[in-house]
Amino acid sequence: MSAAAAVAGSQGLWFVSRASGLALLVMFSAVVVLGVAARLGSAPRRWPKFAVPEVHRTLALFSVAFLALHVLTAILDPFVTIGWAATVLPFASGYRTLAIGLGTLAVDLGAAVLLTSLVRARLGYRAWRGVHWLAFLAWPVAFVHSLTAGNDLGLWWVAVIEWGCAIAVATAMAARVLQGIRHPRSAGQRSASYDRLTPQKGALR
Amino acid sequence: MTGSARLRVDPIACDGRGLCAEILPELITLDDWGFPVIQGDVPGPLVQSAREAVRICPKLALHLGKVPLQKRR
Amino acid sequence: MRAYENIAGPSPSVADRPAGQLPRLLPAGFAAGPASLAEHLGRYGPLPPPRLDRAHRDALLGEVEGSGLTGRGGAAFPTARKLAAVAAQAAPVVVANGTEGEPASAKDKVLLARSPHLVLDGAVLAAALVGAREAVIVVHHSVREILDEAAAERRRTRLDRVRIRVVTGADRFVGGEASAVVHWIERGVPTPTARPPRLSERGLGGKPTLVQNVETLAHLALIARYGAAWFRGLGTSAEPGTMLVTILGAVNEPCVHEIAIGTPVRDVLRLAGGPSAPLQALLLGGYFGRWADAAAVAPLPFSAAGLAPVGAGIGAGLIAALPADACGLAETARVVRYLADESAGQCGPCLFGLDAVAGEVQRLAEGRTSSLATLRRWLGQVDGRGACSHPDGTVGLIRSALTVFAAELEQHAEGWCCATRAGAVLPVPPRGPR
Repeated sequence: MSAAAAVAGSQGLWFVSRASGLALLVMFSAVVVLGVAARLGSAPRRWPKFAVPEVHRTLALFSVAFLALHVLTAILDPFVTIGWAATVLPFASGYRTLAIGLGTLAVDLGAAVLLTSLVRARLGYRAWRGVHWLAFLAWPVAFVHSLTAGNDLGLWWVAVIEWGCAIAVATAMAARVLQGIRHPRSAGQRSASYDRLTPQKGALR
Repeated sequence: MTGSARLRVDPIACDGRGLCAEILPELITLDDWGFPVIQGDVPGPLVQSAREAVRICPKLALHLGKVPLQKRR
Repeated sequence: MRAYENIAGPSPSVADRPAGQLPRLLPAGFAAGPASLAEHLGRYGPLPPPRLDRAHRDALLGEVEGSGLTGRGGAAFPTARKLAAVAAQAAPVVVANGTEGEPASAKDKVLLARSPHLVLDGAVLAAALVGAREAVIVVHHSVREILDEAAAERRRTRLDRVRIRVVTGADRFVGGEASAVVHWIERGVPTPTARPPRLSERGLGGKPTLVQNVETLAHLALIARYGAAWFRGLGTSAEPGTMLVTILGAVNEPCVHEIAIGTPVRDVLRLAGGPSAPLQALLLGGYFGRWADAAAVAPLPFSAAGLAPVGAGIGAGLIAALPADACGLAETARVVRYLADESAGQCGPCLFGLDAVAGEVQRLAEGRTSSLATLRRWLGQVDGRGACSHPDGTVGLIRSALTVFAAELEQHAEGWCCATRAGAVLPVPPRGPR
């Protein structure tokens, strides 16, 4: 293979890696926002209640495909040596150790959340929920990874996407934490007749 | 009528979110406070939907099994 | 409540005892205070030493089965079956339940206060029967000291092979429920837990747990001494033995008394000095029990079979007499409000449903606009939808009130009530901060 073709191939891989990374950030942010919306019951009233949780789940599973693309194109890029170990071991890459390491860490945390969700019936509610909170850690780690490992912040529209995602997720997280403080164990949406018939008795214990 | 499976809800885990009633309206209705009233005997054709309802419950409060419903005491 | 001090009954001599006279569980006469270990052994004789070999255990279990003893905590579950279920498991533990969360009932407190050693005998015996090394006895705070002293007495004389631990119970209505007692001992939270798994498989500390009312254990201690035939000497053939009842309300001498099961209700009332005023209704069983018309129920035997025709049961042995000049709906409304507030708050239909029905019953009692149809719909939605039987009991109480006080319902709907009594009849603890 000629040197020019090699460089072009590598640049192609690098481009796909960055593009899929950005798409992944958008998707992951959407998954987090949807997850909070599912928990809070904040969806248009006409929608069936399973809509938001199901889209949350489907999008999360779908993003795994993009994640695979993002990781593979980065590893296979011959211009940089990241190494296969860095796919699962954080900070095992020689090239840009911290930036890539954060990405690996985000993947590890996200994998824990995803895998426990797939077997949550067998795991039990409390264990599943405990691990699921790690998603709130995985996202900031992924976000910092996108700032440090990505090279494209100079592009105005990339910056808009990055900060847009950050604002959306920060809002969602704040809403979730506030809900946890105000209503430690309250239900999501009640039937329409509930509030009319009974005064608010209090949260379920 | 004996069903192929037995559906029950753990009333302590249940928060009345109501997703189950949307998935399985044939067997689950909501009371005046949003909590599920379950017709426990699941006929064969509805077992798949019942499994969906079990999966979709955000509190994992639904249980599907072959054992007969246990008396509380 | 001065239930402790007022025990009436014949005073059998020691020689009479095995012939099956009353009282069996409580010391005779008016002496107050707990029977010491010496007095206890003098009255009943020693407990047969619990040999732990299989043949002996099976023989004793057979005796319990032959006696027909059932639980005296309200559920009336056959004791031998419960014992066998736990005995089949490894490393079980015994819990003696004397919590008595029912505010109007005093029988467990009186039994523990007067015959603590009989209960401890039963607990130790049950432990030997199921192969447990520890018995935890949960008691009301008012008798805690007595039990501590009794347990210490036994330890000093090295009477038991089983370790006895005394715990003060939670002062809550649902705190007396079996899984709530276990939850309370383990975590200090007196709320029922989800079952499966059953307590007999996984309970206190993850071990198979036998939870038995203290009165049941007291009977067990006597069956081990005198046998099944002796136990069956009193009571009916379907429901043998004696039981403790708490009699209160419009009677001359509210008290706790021991009766043979099947004693006519009017005779039971006479043990409490008879009605202090003409009666309109009786609340039978407990606050989770049923109202019954006084005239209809007076001649009936106080037994599950005897009370079935009026839709009532013996429950935890409560008999509350409602005088004719009181308002049954108002009394029910107060009790139901208390029961709704006592919900553990874990299950939606109980927490929200009982609150809703309590409000509706209150409106019925006050003669305000209310909807009987809505109330009945809510009762149907609450019944059987909790993790324990708390909502069921409340629903049953309300339904029986709607039947027994049907005439009053009509009067209230028309804006008048024939009650003239000002004060409350049924005791309801005041609402305090939790």
